Amino acid sequence: MYEVVAFYLFSVLTIGLFLITVMSKNVLYAMTSLASGMVLISGFFFILGADFLGVVQLIVYVGAVMALYSFAMMFFDATRDIKEKNTNPALVFLLGGLSALVLVLMFAAPIHSEAIQALYPMHEGVGNAQDVGIVLFTKYLVPFELAAVMLLVAMIAGIILAGKKMDQSLTEDISADDEILIQKDEK
Amino acid sequence: MIGLSHYLIVSALIFSIGLMGVLRRRNLLMLFFATEVMLNAVNIAFAAISHYYNDLTGQMFAFFIIAIAASEVAVGLGLLIVLYKKYGSLDLDDLAKMKG
Repeated sequence: MYEVVAFYLFSVLTIGLFLITVMSKNVLYAMTSLASGMVLISGFFFILGADFLGVVQLIVYVGAVMALYSFAMMFFDATRDIKEKNTNPALVFLLGGLSALVLVLMFAAPIHSEAIQALYPMHEGVGNAQDVGIVLFTKYLVPFELAAVMLLVAMIAGIILAGKKMDQSLTEDISADDEILIQKDEK
Repeated sequence: MIGLSHYLIVSALIFSIGLMGVLRRRNLLMLFFATEVMLNAVNIAFAAISHYYNDLTGQMFAFFIIAIAASEVAVGLGLLIVLYKKYGSLDLDDLAKMKG
């Protein structure tokens, strides 16, 4: 019963928040609704019994990725509304609705589920974190290490790309800085 | 009772929302947000299949998707900052003058 209520609550809220993310003109509104939608998605993971995945979602997405986005937004002008020249919104809604219809029909179709067998089955009486750890460090060790190397490469790339000329301001030009200095001198 | 199809349909709807965002957005930062929405939708589908077939493989793939999304954001935001320094705008129509 609680699962049903939680599922419908989370799905309605998530879809609404992500619609705001996609439709909003303001970067700040889009980012905050994206962050809260990700928190609700971790709720999905918790009711699905994937506790460790839910915690990772909270830490990585809501913690790290959204912090990265909000840092990046300090470089861009976030308060101004974004003017976008949208090409034919009717076509976009038609394509989006059609793809939604196709995906829903694909997922609602009956599947031959007896042929599917669990490759790495979950164990009874063992917590989700232990199960995930055992499978991750025995069967998926090489992809895990590759992901670690990839994250290192991404970190170095991010530092090198964003770190050049960090002493210059992006949003204000130099004359504005001079005016501030002049005002300080007058005081 | 909530079955696998419920989760898959919600995931498909969220994925279509992200796809609609990718189609209609012209600002690169907003395009990144739409990509994140699509990645999250796929994660929901993986976790749901993993739960209903009692198999851990789906959760493993979701972990690797999260790792890939994190590194994509790191590199992509670095590139966005470089683009913004160079052109002063993140609009795709303004950046289209790069083509020769």
